[in-house]
Amino acid sequence: MTTRATEIWVGIFVAAGLAALFMLAMKVSNLASYSGDEGYEVSARFEDVSGLKVRSPVTMSGVRIGRVKQIDFDDQALQAVVVMEIEPHHNLLPKDTSASIYTAGLLGEKYVGLEAGGDEQNLVQGDEIKLTQDSLVLEKLIGQFVSKFMTEAGSGDK
Amino acid sequence: MSDAPLVQIRNLSFSRGDRVIFDGVDIDIRRGSVTAIMGPSGTGKTTLLRLIGGQLKPDNGSVLLDGEEVQHLRRGALYRLRKRMGVLFQNGALLTDMNVFDNIAFPLREHTGLSEALIRSLVLMKLEAVGLRGARDLMPSELSGGMARRVALARAIAMDPMMMMYDEPFTGQDPISMGVLVRLIRTLNDALGLTSIIVSHDIAETCAIADDVYLLSGGKVVAHGTAEALGKSDSAWAQQFLNGEADGPVAFHYPAADYAEDLLQREHNN
Amino acid sequence: MLDSLQLLGRKGLEFFQRLGRGHLLLLQVLAGLPGLFLRFGLVIKQIYAVGVLSLVIIVVSGVFVGMVLGLQGYNTLVDFGAEESLGVVVALSLVRELGPVVTALLFAGRAGSALTAEIGLMKATEQLSAMEMMAVDPVRRVLAPRFLAGFISMPFLAAIFSAVGILGGYFVGVGLLGVDDGAYWSQMQDKVDMYDDINNGIIKSLVFGVVVSWIAIFEGNDAIPTSEGVSRATTRTVVHSALAVLGLDFILTALMFGE
Repeated sequence: MTTRATEIWVGIFVAAGLAALFMLAMKVSNLASYSGDEGYEVSARFEDVSGLKVRSPVTMSGVRIGRVKQIDFDDQALQAVVVMEIEPHHNLLPKDTSASIYTAGLLGEKYVGLEAGGDEQNLVQGDEIKLTQDSLVLEKLIGQFVSKFMTEAGSGDK
Repeated sequence: MSDAPLVQIRNLSFSRGDRVIFDGVDIDIRRGSVTAIMGPSGTGKTTLLRLIGGQLKPDNGSVLLDGEEVQHLRRGALYRLRKRMGVLFQNGALLTDMNVFDNIAFPLREHTGLSEALIRSLVLMKLEAVGLRGARDLMPSELSGGMARRVALARAIAMDPMMMMYDEPFTGQDPISMGVLVRLIRTLNDALGLTSIIVSHDIAETCAIADDVYLLSGGKVVAHGTAEALGKSDSAWAQQFLNGEADGPVAFHYPAADYAEDLLQREHNN
Repeated sequence: MLDSLQLLGRKGLEFFQRLGRGHLLLLQVLAGLPGLFLRFGLVIKQIYAVGVLSLVIIVVSGVFVGMVLGLQGYNTLVDFGAEESLGVVVALSLVRELGPVVTALLFAGRAGSALTAEIGLMKATEQLSAMEMMAVDPVRRVLAPRFLAGFISMPFLAAIFSAVGILGGYFVGVGLLGVDDGAYWSQMQDKVDMYDDINNGIIKSLVFGVVVSWIAIFEGNDAIPTSEGVSRATTRTVVHSALAVLGLDFILTALMFGE
């Protein structure tokens, strides 16, 4: 085995390794969907964000347009503050856009869904979305349903 | 060049675990001479070479090599000193992943910044000296034992050392390669102005080329002098060793309990 | 009773002595690394020996592991009607765990054992001793290039393993079982995170590269220079590497993915 052949083989090996890493980065992971420049941030307040996590998707009409960047708790208002980073090219969202927390499927992960309003002005960096709807918590729903059912059953007796 | 011996070993003691290998050994190696260190197997002849080369450190005493005390040298100085010694290992110790040419070029490439053209000339010169210029492209596994040792010899002299150490150079050689090696060692010594140390138990071959002979046994020098002087020596031990007698000061039997008693003992056990 | 205590004590002492020698050797090797960048040819030769020659076993195993994951994952997921997530299952298992771990195990068996045997035989045939007497430090000339080559090769091998594994899963899932092509890739892209998953997988394989190469060169250098000694050292390399890789994998996983 000559030095030259050895070096060529090592070159092929390293190239194959780099190609594999590139494939893992671009084709397998979400690196490709990171945009180079920073998006703009908008925040929204919710009474209940259980299940939502940092990096959960933010969608509009079912298309992902950003990610949850930060989840805080406001001690004064006793509310959750969710900061979302929207990709910079989606910069025409109306000011009165509303945000809701949905579940993908019955038991899937939580995500923030945005619904466009009709305002002429657009959301910009630092704005707050005023219209929000909380996360649906399955236990609460069942609890409400059961108590309502009990009350109805109770009133029916009388 | 001074007249002081190249290697001065004084009161050298060394032991491995509980086994004492050297116990107060004094050896002088004169510049330009071929000195043989002989003794039965297991007397630590190879260990002596390692002590001279600084691979092992003595428990006591000192090894002075060209005025420097080997065991107290720092790494850098020791490596500088080693560049001036060549060692021929028992089986050649050629680097098995390189061919003959690269093996001999190895020390040159490691230590000198010489151009490949110059290295080539040097390597071919050394190969010519051991008569193997035609074998330069062979791999070590393709060489016979004698050829491997000659290649190793060429490698050992590649850096033009001041001293050569041979570890059992004749063991396991057929008469022809033995003759070749004997002649090579002497010629190289005289032609290159080396000082040579041969560690061996092949009496006839070694005595034929050695200027001084040291006989080691039981961790001590039991006799020393020229080959002829030793042959006439009245030391019972020297006579036994040089003539290869089975019994004598070195007993034929490994120390054991009395034979008859041993046999009876066995009877009892059964 | 006292005898067994003594045995325990002796084994313990031996263990700590070996551990000490291993760390000393690692320090020497690390000290020898900077000099290697001037003579990278030595490392290239070793990358060929440990990396390129391991490529075949890595690719073949990767494809088969990926195909098995595709098959098993499909059979489980289809019960929940979630076979679209097959890509996620295959990619996450490979990138997070199987890629680095199985590669390290195969590497220990293929390259680590060869390294130990080579170094052990060089010791047994006095080649290392001869180098020392030629004023060439065998740690820098022989051990350090092999160590660095192992460290460099491992992440590449692990990445190749994961990549071909994902293709193997694709072949079974999409090609044979009829999972939707787009869903396989898009679900994967959505759920596999560059930082959390891929980077951590690479970090794992770098750690395994250090550990397996270290064990291999230490066992070779520490081998008793006889045929039996070298064969034992080779066995120890494989066993110790496997145990170290699996143990460290647990610790690393707990550190990286535990919350």
